[in-house]
Amino acid sequence: MDSVIDVRNIYKEFRLHQGRHKNLKDRILHPGQGNVKELKVLNDVSFSVGAGETVGVLGRNGSGKSTLLKCICGVLQPSSGEIAIRGSLAGLLELGAGFQPELSGRDNIYLSASMLGLSKKTVDAVFDDIVAFSELEKFIDSPVKFYSSGMYVRLGFAVAVNSDPDILVVDEVLAVGDERFQAKCMDRIRQFQAEGRTILLVSHSADQVRALCDRAIVLEKGRMISDAPAGESVRVFREHLLGQPSMSDSAAPSHETVRVTSVATTSGQFAVRTGSSISLEVSFEALQPADGCAVVEIVNGRGELIARTDPSRNPISLSRGAQTFSFVLPVVPFLDGTYALNIGVTSLEGNSRLAWKEQAAQLEVTYDGRGAGLVALSLDVHPS
Amino acid sequence: MSSESSDWPRRSFHERPARVLSARQSLRERIRSIWAARELLLYLITADIKIKYKNSALGMVWSMVAPAMQIGIYFLVFQVILKNGVPDYVIMLWSGMLVWHFFTNVVTNSTSVIVQRSGIVKKVSFPREILTLSIVGTSVVYFAIQFGVLAALMLLLGHGPAWSLVWLLPLAFLAVVLLASALGIFFSAINVYFRDTGHMVDVGINLWFWLTPIVYSYERTVAPTLHAHGLAWLYLLNPVTPIVLTFQRVLYGDVTVVANTADHATLDVLPHWSAAQFAALNGILIGIGVVLCLGAMHVFGRLQGNFAEEL
Repeated sequence: MDSVIDVRNIYKEFRLHQGRHKNLKDRILHPGQGNVKELKVLNDVSFSVGAGETVGVLGRNGSGKSTLLKCICGVLQPSSGEIAIRGSLAGLLELGAGFQPELSGRDNIYLSASMLGLSKKTVDAVFDDIVAFSELEKFIDSPVKFYSSGMYVRLGFAVAVNSDPDILVVDEVLAVGDERFQAKCMDRIRQFQAEGRTILLVSHSADQVRALCDRAIVLEKGRMISDAPAGESVRVFREHLLGQPSMSDSAAPSHETVRVTSVATTSGQFAVRTGSSISLEVSFEALQPADGCAVVEIVNGRGELIARTDPSRNPISLSRGAQTFSFVLPVVPFLDGTYALNIGVTSLEGNSRLAWKEQAAQLEVTYDGRGAGLVALSLDVHPS
Repeated sequence: MSSESSDWPRRSFHERPARVLSARQSLRERIRSIWAARELLLYLITADIKIKYKNSALGMVWSMVAPAMQIGIYFLVFQVILKNGVPDYVIMLWSGMLVWHFFTNVVTNSTSVIVQRSGIVKKVSFPREILTLSIVGTSVVYFAIQFGVLAALMLLLGHGPAWSLVWLLPLAFLAVVLLASALGIFFSAINVYFRDTGHMVDVGINLWFWLTPIVYSYERTVAPTLHAHGLAWLYLLNPVTPIVLTFQRVLYGDVTVVANTADHATLDVLPHWSAAQFAALNGILIGIGVVLCLGAMHVFGRLQGNFAEEL
């Protein structure tokens, strides 16, 4: 496969100016770098993206994801290392970044498209598509400053996806607009994939990465700690959020107090018929007593999150040492397929994970009915 | 990620050259990428002008009021109050101001343009020189408008230009475009790192104005003193001077004044240079302008890599 993005040994250092050090007087009175701290944002990152691949970039805040994308888009220059790009690239670091608020939507389409490197002729040809996609037909001649923020980003997205790029680089911008528009964006992204375009996508949402990407890389403090199929990278990323020791920085102290040690079933197998129940024996190991909420996630074969249980319904109290809980799913509603189970414990507030195990078990579901879709829907029909 | 690239007949990358982003771009590549972005430049210029006049009722008229006001004041002070005795003084004033306004517009507005447009610079990738060049383009439009007003004024006063020398104007204009662009590109890059640059440029421009024979006549005030010491060349080191003199020579003409003194000596308003001398001076300036532009782009290229993080 041809590689269209080649990132080779990229380093990026930011100089942090501490205090005000922006004027000539300070520079002359305090020469040298005394007041400046170097911060390594990217540390020897190398990977390549093949034509037609969709690659996700995962990492927590400050891990260097956005810096990496900016380097690839050419907004920032790496301190050392090389990036080679083949084909045209549209960078969506921010939707509507080049818009001039005073100008009409029409003018802004031409302006921002030409920033993406499109000629007027090309824009003329896709202008109607852009307007149709953004659903702003009625407002296209009014100044963008009167647009709502949703309208603004819709126009920005519409310009970028209609600019016919070989490579689309997207930074956290899919979480825009209302749900319907988000779905539309997703459809367009999938259409891009079907057309064999290359997509590089930064996202906080591991679910989105798993659902959209073939592959994902995980950044942690500027280092790449995983470059693997999306599911595997999501596992690394989730485990890292917990502060578990990883392959690259085993020196980091483990903050983990609770661990999911094993998942088993009473019958010893994870095969189940649609509509029947399954009971999982989940063993934990806790270094100290902890209160939290048990959560189970079910992910289908395409990496899409099918269901996550409501944490607040399952508070559990863990004492110190090893212990086992029964996790009972009274009805497994899914149609046949292989499902991955992610099992974990969140804090009582539900906003951080105390313990997490990606792909803790694989569930084989068989369905012998003739219904179709994702879940078996029961329907009662009787004369009324 | 199955690799059946045959499914995608319209996306083939074999023949595409890889663009290497990190290596420092050569000057030639940068000029090529600026050329490739010329349409963007055009959009930025029209956007600038549209925005400036969109919300004002009188539109373009305002772009004339400020310079006209300034010229009016100088006219009042030098001609009416100080009685400098230069005939059709307003024409001479305006032909010099024309050049000067263009020059200062480019230099001062360019200096802040990268910082002002930081939103775009941080998020969108395109040759950053385009932003500075859009200022040059906008200023050219204002220059054209002011030139039109001057033409109307000349018609009104019945003061024709020196037709045989009109061909010097494009030369002089090219020279001032190159010089102003060079300074604009240089300062726009520097200002990202030293925000004091803007203030320094403002002060410098103010001083520079009085070092240039715009409101006063070169031949009547500066030249005699300097000639006496053999220092005339010193004054011409100011690269704007020959350009202003060219504009004045072409548009104002070879006017001689009879002095108010007892001997009624005649005094020239402008130097008696031949067309060839004017052409040579402007030619030299164009050469210098090209060199300075390339130098400024070199500096800009060195500095632009870190724009996004400094802003």
